[in-house]
Amino acid sequence: MQMKLKALLGLASALALSSALPNAAKAEQLTLCWAAWDPANALVELSKDFTAKTKIDMKFEFVPWTSYADRFLNELNSQGKLCDLIIGDSQWIGGAAENGHYVKLNEFFDKEGIKMDDFVPATVVGYSEWPKNTPNYWALPAMGDVVGWTYRKDWFEKPELQKEFKEKYGWDLGPPKTYDQLKQIAEFFQKREVDGKTVYGASIYTERGSEGITMGVTNVLYDWGFQYENPKKPYEMEGFVNSPDAVKGLEFYKALYDCCTPPGSSNVYMVESADAFKSGQVAMQMNFAFTWPGLYKDEKVGGDRIGFFPNPAEKAHFAQLGGQGISVVSYSEKRDAALQYIKWFAQPDVQAKWWELGGYSCLKAVVNAPGFASSQPYAQAFLDSMAIVKDFWAEPSYASLLQDMQKRVHNYVVAGNGTAQEALDGLVKDWTEVFEEDGKI
Amino acid sequence: MSSANTAHSVVAPSHTSKRVAGTIVIVYALITLIPLVWIFLTSIKSPPDSISYPPKIVFTPTLEGYCNLFTTRTRQTPDYIVALPEPTSTCDEVTRKRNMVIAGPSNFLPRFVNSLVIAFGSTFLAVFLGTLAAYGFSRFKVPLADDLLFFILSTRMMPPIAVAIPIYLMYRELGLSDTALGMILLYTAVNVSLAVWLLKGFIDEIPREYEEAAMIDGYTRLQAFRKVVLPQATTGIAATAIFCLIFAWNEYAFAALLTSGQAQTAPPFIPTIIGEGGQDWPAVAAGTTIFLVPILVFTILLRKQLLRGITFGAVRK
Amino acid sequence: MATPAPIARRVRGLSDRAIAWAFIAPAITLLLAINIFPLLWAIYLSFTNYRANRPNAVVEGVGLRNYERVLTDPDIWQAMQTTAHFVFWTIVLQTVIGFALAYLIDRKFRGHAFWTTVILIPMMLSPAVVGNFWRFLYEPQIGLFAYAASMVTGIPTSEIRMLGDVTLAPWAIIIVDTWMWTPYVMLICLAGLRSIPDYIYEAAEVDRASGWRQFWSITVPMALPFIMLAVLFRGIENFKMFDMVTLLTGGGPGSVTEVASITLKRTAFESWATGRASAFAIILFVAVFGLANIYVKALNKVKQR
Repeated sequence: MQMKLKALLGLASALALSSALPNAAKAEQLTLCWAAWDPANALVELSKDFTAKTKIDMKFEFVPWTSYADRFLNELNSQGKLCDLIIGDSQWIGGAAENGHYVKLNEFFDKEGIKMDDFVPATVVGYSEWPKNTPNYWALPAMGDVVGWTYRKDWFEKPELQKEFKEKYGWDLGPPKTYDQLKQIAEFFQKREVDGKTVYGASIYTERGSEGITMGVTNVLYDWGFQYENPKKPYEMEGFVNSPDAVKGLEFYKALYDCCTPPGSSNVYMVESADAFKSGQVAMQMNFAFTWPGLYKDEKVGGDRIGFFPNPAEKAHFAQLGGQGISVVSYSEKRDAALQYIKWFAQPDVQAKWWELGGYSCLKAVVNAPGFASSQPYAQAFLDSMAIVKDFWAEPSYASLLQDMQKRVHNYVVAGNGTAQEALDGLVKDWTEVFEEDGKI
Repeated sequence: MSSANTAHSVVAPSHTSKRVAGTIVIVYALITLIPLVWIFLTSIKSPPDSISYPPKIVFTPTLEGYCNLFTTRTRQTPDYIVALPEPTSTCDEVTRKRNMVIAGPSNFLPRFVNSLVIAFGSTFLAVFLGTLAAYGFSRFKVPLADDLLFFILSTRMMPPIAVAIPIYLMYRELGLSDTALGMILLYTAVNVSLAVWLLKGFIDEIPREYEEAAMIDGYTRLQAFRKVVLPQATTGIAATAIFCLIFAWNEYAFAALLTSGQAQTAPPFIPTIIGEGGQDWPAVAAGTTIFLVPILVFTILLRKQLLRGITFGAVRK
Repeated sequence: MATPAPIARRVRGLSDRAIAWAFIAPAITLLLAINIFPLLWAIYLSFTNYRANRPNAVVEGVGLRNYERVLTDPDIWQAMQTTAHFVFWTIVLQTVIGFALAYLIDRKFRGHAFWTTVILIPMMLSPAVVGNFWRFLYEPQIGLFAYAASMVTGIPTSEIRMLGDVTLAPWAIIIVDTWMWTPYVMLICLAGLRSIPDYIYEAAEVDRASGWRQFWSITVPMALPFIMLAVLFRGIENFKMFDMVTLLTGGGPGSVTEVASITLKRTAFESWATGRASAFAIILFVAVFGLANIYVKALNKVKQR
């Protein structure tokens, strides 16, 4: 036993030493933090050019979406030095700006001649500005993203299905223009045998732990007339968040969940939704546009088999904004190198390659270029979607606001507790409390 | 069992009752092993096999899960892959079959190394400090000893999240957030209570006459401690060390809240392993397998001491 | 306690008193720095409106308001109920199965030592890492558990939504916890059974007591202190439950599996209401500590009997 103990201790000290070494070795190395998803892999590819040019090594820290906010907000709040650059979510901007997590970029943009006018306006407001609609920039728009839909074009084009559908619903089976149409299509496909397999209507966001169900349900709520606050009186939510229209919208989302999703869809976010589509389980899939390039390339469901459409309309027409800007973390000791990366990333030719590799550039020169809409089969749907975006709160307390919405909505839609009216009334109460605590009302 | 036993003494159960008992226990043991066997089987399945319905028991084993665990990959066009030079490793080969190329190593290895450093480092410290304190409590009159000991033990009753809140703030001030040192200190503090408590029990069992005899022979107290007590306590120290190690190795809550990258250990990392669109279950299973093996070995080594360790020495065989 | 005087006088170098303190001080210092100081800090914070994500904001004392809010928050009471349900059922299941197993193993059939070790394996593993894998076993379409359950019950696998169904999800976490920790209870019960001296049974044999009677009048009462100890340890552990539930359900669906630690984590590290979270943490700590103390008193009474 004594020998064993000694060996154990020896091993421990050797390990402690060996782990201390590699950290000291590399000096010029930047760590970029982002979510683990397809665009991140594209960014790894893109960044090789940066390393070749500047001899600065790039290290990446990618975290799955379900723990992305949790992990990195924790990191920022603990004033950690893990990330030199961070591609942080759009809703973080308020908190990150007010608490000094991000470096303010105005001066740097002026010095380097980077103009925010060169970027798509919605992305500048959404990803860079705090307070909103003022020229205070905390990030460079990096990845445009928005919720949209994919559908199985090959199934939609089957003559026998088209015929049956027309007989049943009286209109031609195709990408839906309204949510009522979407639900009819979903009902039509639910539990139907297609190519010898039981398939389901649609995959929608229902995730509980982070932000999933909120990012899903807002697409429907916005369309039905939900508003975050009185446009004339900020933070007045009674009658806007829980308006009769908003209640109907929430009821619709639950009806869609109950009737037309695959079994076990109680905790679905981007990854699970894409999975359901890839495995040929569903006819339609709600997901952020970033998944489209990957799905289009998929061997089983990609190519001719997949189609894309923007969020359907109802009374109004909106789509939930996703996407992020890239920021320099103020606790980083390598600020200059990090700014150098942003300068490089903002160049038009880099942005063009970014789009080519599967990232969604926010640079006007790229998205407004002639031929952009036809450059990829999903480019048009992306442009249409970006034209109708709306985002969740970006307040410094966004996390509390989000948590309340996750709980209220999931409780009603998935767990089936209470009514839609109760859920939204509860949400108004929760949000009022948050804003009161912040001293905003 | 009642009727079978009346004829015999309960002290020596009948053959029938033994056989029945044995069968039930073995069936239970086998059922509880299924999830673990399934983890291993999943780790050597290909991703499509792992999610097929009905679950596959017969399949062609592959190292793809392990390759995916240790690498990051990017998708490429078939033309690009055909144009590449010959694959240099099995992993290259497997990856290319999925139209992907290896882009670099994944974060699993550094996280695993973090686990080793933090678990062994904190174990060493906890056992070192614990042995000293246990000897002090065992051999000397310490004022308020019982209260102190009870207090030491009660620190383990706090929910980890409750402990994590002030630690988070403290580490932020001290610059210990996301550092191996911070995690080692924290785990040491948590483990020291177990170590003191257990080791005091072991040292209490060593007759103090041994040291006294040594001191009569001219040893100082410290020499007697080193040359007489420590060798006698080795088994106890080793057992305590393994318990501390297992705690630090398995810990999740602190690691998830107080580390984000540089000092992150394997438990919060493994659940976040995802492949292209979806949790990469074979890779997760591979990581889980690698992570569990050391503990399996320790469990077998430690089976005789287990009871004492897990009950803070409240129960001894 | 201390060494007899004549020997102590002969000790060269440090006095016993100095050694005692030199030996005990480092461990105590560490505990003071990493346990007590933060605890005091948390108590202080619990009376303020401090938010860890607003380092620049002005910190104000709010008196008992945080405590008031925690204790009147229906969501927190809901979480406490969920925790109680979880703790209760895991203890019941683990005690019944664990005791039964111990009783069977105590028949000392051939190979019982080997099989005991096998049974112990799950409890040594990381609840987070293994709990995470159970998510896969519970998958309704592809998971092994759903498949097996469907074979047994005849319900189609797609309907067995262990983690998504409001009534099943609490049981899904209870099942994993029971799978993991029954061996723990079994081990303690086994020690209890083995502590019963043979002569008591022999005396019962002489009195011609039936096996059934022996079981209820000897085995159970004599093993009771051990069973109670197992219940205590499991109770404390599961009251703190965080990792396994986080990874299995994240508290969902809705909030049906949101145990106290998850609510606490959300308050502290997602809403960043540090002051309120500290108050909640203190309340939890006092609750565990108080309950455990009452329980230990009861345990001692049983032991003395």
